[in-house]
Amino acid sequence: MGLSVSYQPQSQEGWITTKLDFLVNWGRANSLWPMPFGTACCAIEFMATAASRFDLARFGMERMSYSPRQADVLICAGRVPFKLAPVIRRIWLQMPQPKWCISMGACASSGGMFDNYAVVQGIDTIIPVDVYVPGCPPRPEGLLYGIRMLQAKVMRERMADTAAREEMEPDPTSHLYIPPPAIDELSEPFGNSVQQTRSGL
Amino acid sequence: MTAPDSVVSPVGETPSAPGPVSPTGVAHRGGPANPSAEAMRVRWPAAVRRVDVVWGETSVVIDPAMLVDIVRWLHDDPEQRYDYLVDVTAVEFRDAQVPLEIVWHLRSLPHRRFLRLKVALVPGSLLEVDSVWSIYRSADWLERECYDMFGIRFRGHPDLRRILMWEQYREGHPLRKDFPLRGRFSRSEQLRQALAANPEAKYSMDELSIADAYEDLPSEMRQRLRAGEATGE
Amino acid sequence: MADTRTVDVSLSTSGMDANGRVVRTPLVVDASGAPVAVAAPPSLESDLDGEHMLLNLGPQHPATHGVLRLVLELDGETVVRCIPHIGYLHCGFEKIGEYRQYNQIIPWTDREDYLNSIGNNVAFALGAERLFGIEITERCTVLRVIAAELSRIASHLVWVGTTCIDIGAFTPFLWAFQERENIYNLLEGWVGARLTTSATRVGGMAADLPDGWVDGLRAFLANFPKTVDEVDRMLTTNAIWVGRTIGLGVLTGAEATNYGLSGPLLRASGVAYDVRKDFPYLGYETYDFDIPVGTNGDVYDRFLVRMEELRQSVRILEQAIARLPDGPLNVDDARVILPPKGKATSEMESMIHHFKQVMEGPRPPLGEAYVAVESPKGEKGYYLVSDGTPKPVRFRIRPPSFVNLSAIPRMVEGHLLSDVIAINASIDIVMGEIDR
Repeated sequence: MGLSVSYQPQSQEGWITTKLDFLVNWGRANSLWPMPFGTACCAIEFMATAASRFDLARFGMERMSYSPRQADVLICAGRVPFKLAPVIRRIWLQMPQPKWCISMGACASSGGMFDNYAVVQGIDTIIPVDVYVPGCPPRPEGLLYGIRMLQAKVMRERMADTAAREEMEPDPTSHLYIPPPAIDELSEPFGNSVQQTRSGL
Repeated sequence: MTAPDSVVSPVGETPSAPGPVSPTGVAHRGGPANPSAEAMRVRWPAAVRRVDVVWGETSVVIDPAMLVDIVRWLHDDPEQRYDYLVDVTAVEFRDAQVPLEIVWHLRSLPHRRFLRLKVALVPGSLLEVDSVWSIYRSADWLERECYDMFGIRFRGHPDLRRILMWEQYREGHPLRKDFPLRGRFSRSEQLRQALAANPEAKYSMDELSIADAYEDLPSEMRQRLRAGEATGE
Repeated sequence: MADTRTVDVSLSTSGMDANGRVVRTPLVVDASGAPVAVAAPPSLESDLDGEHMLLNLGPQHPATHGVLRLVLELDGETVVRCIPHIGYLHCGFEKIGEYRQYNQIIPWTDREDYLNSIGNNVAFALGAERLFGIEITERCTVLRVIAAELSRIASHLVWVGTTCIDIGAFTPFLWAFQERENIYNLLEGWVGARLTTSATRVGGMAADLPDGWVDGLRAFLANFPKTVDEVDRMLTTNAIWVGRTIGLGVLTGAEATNYGLSGPLLRASGVAYDVRKDFPYLGYETYDFDIPVGTNGDVYDRFLVRMEELRQSVRILEQAIARLPDGPLNVDDARVILPPKGKATSEMESMIHHFKQVMEGPRPPLGEAYVAVESPKGEKGYYLVSDGTPKPVRFRIRPPSFVNLSAIPRMVEGHLLSDVIAINASIDIVMGEIDR
């Protein structure tokens, strides 16, 4: 038996820390206070999700926090133009840890149908995003699915793993937190819009 | 529950003057012109360059030098009474030989008429025209947007600043045909410029002058304020 | 016509006399000039010789109805000057319209005034059809009226809901959004989408009504007036609501016209201009409806005008359902309307039409057209200029909220900070339309 396997249990933590993790995560996941950064059409579907038919209050999220200081999750609902980029960056930096971000809709996730001079091609070029909810606009059920995904993500966190709660460090001169070639690559047109501009006028 | 406030029936329907109807069968060209076009020809013969009737709408191309006088006459003259400025915009054609047109849409609410005024700026000439802000307050933001998107300066406008893009936007005037759809800079450069805006620059100098902390502004800024500067950078 | 209007206000929490009987307080509103018996508007002169304060409201703010930034110069609580900053939602609609065929622009029209998506679709299709010289069918005309009025109801419901939240009442928001869910069900059944409908095409509509849709609309119209009455009972004679909205943001009719205002904002100031009546389209002159016109031009009047417009829209919808004809939905023009799939895959001519329309797009003749409709916000116009190519040379959106918002500095002068929120709400702005 020359095979030697090095086995490390996933967690060196004890029973108490796992239960504590569960308690803390359960508390956080089921009382996320959203910071609705609603700009456009997705904001209306967000409002519909918060209204009686779909009811965000079931998930503990009916208390909208318009002050980022008291918010847990930034829900960016809508397109973000370049003029609004420093605003969302500042709001994100003002939120205290633990914080998460849901990018709701196609425009927040990738620039959506606005592949032009004015719109940020995905807010993940500005702030770190945890869950992307596709749709234009996503149905309230879609947003709720995304929120459930975020809750599952929160439940998987462990206090021992501090990487999840690290604040992003943007470059002091350029204010970008991912390298420029990565931003350019993320913002490259793909799909139909490529053919659009090459088909003539 | 009180009755709603004076619900009225539509104006203008008398047996002798039936109300307006939805347009049908509108001809591409050569339909009846707005009577104001003929009145303009009579009153300002030198300034009216061309009258077109396209899809039932009358467009009058005029000499830019007479713009304010003509518009004021259209506003004040009791036969014309164009009391409502709908829109100010510009059209740049794909063919570089065709002049850039600045377009004003006017409505006369009492006479129920619609008129389009145009000024054709010869390519290569200065992109400047007079402002009609003194006649219509609605021209305020409409002309600012035209300046922002096309770079057209409106002489006499009280506060001609960019309105949709941020004031220190360096890429150019987006609706010009030589401005590419995705902008001139790379995406990371656009993002870098957007994120790097100086916080002071988010306020116009005018706004900063009313702050409680005027005395605390750097003396260089106070000097620029005294010199009448409008924007922060 | 009486110049004063007495509003019987019921005070809900106090106002009982010593014997426990409710005392009804009449508020007398003078329509000619000095507005209010509740409070005199604060003066513009600074008292106590203080300095003015600069307050930045927005662009991220719960009550600015989008990403609007208002910089206020305050003397204590009184606004001396207001400088609005917009452009935080500028997404290059007009630029991108120059790179898209006419049918491809329709999804963009959904997203600019996203509360009036299907109304914008209708407006743009009318503009494009004018440019192409196409006459739509009878059925399509009536369906577009139905679409536009449903859209008006939906937009006014959002307005009622969000204005209530701004002023402090939360419950009507839930009522309004529940009614919007009913409208969403109808729109989803018709075109497949709740909010961004893209329901029209040049020359027709994307889809015809499914079976039973008209019954669904009838059921909605039977129940909807009860909700309007419920909101009415809650707000119209409520002392808090009246106290917070009367006498605010007054604009005279002449001022409003000069500022280029339109929609309920203009009509509340006494100017009876409604595009449906003065420059009609889609046969609106054949429908029997009234347009509500206010007298004072304050926030309370704008509220009354919009509530009444909800009722008038119900009236128009009932007439439209009654006259909905059978017949073809789309115009019979192979240059603009896609052939049915069965023919496109079997007949050569249809295949060629399909190919040309999809790859190249229909080409309008040289020309230009400006078509304006009465959107819930005001006069919404599309100015399209064609140079004979499938993509427009200029795609201009005449945004009613943009021009309406430019009057806000005039409207908030001399009012308190909390009034700024109420006045801003009363304009009914949509930042997507303002910034495009």
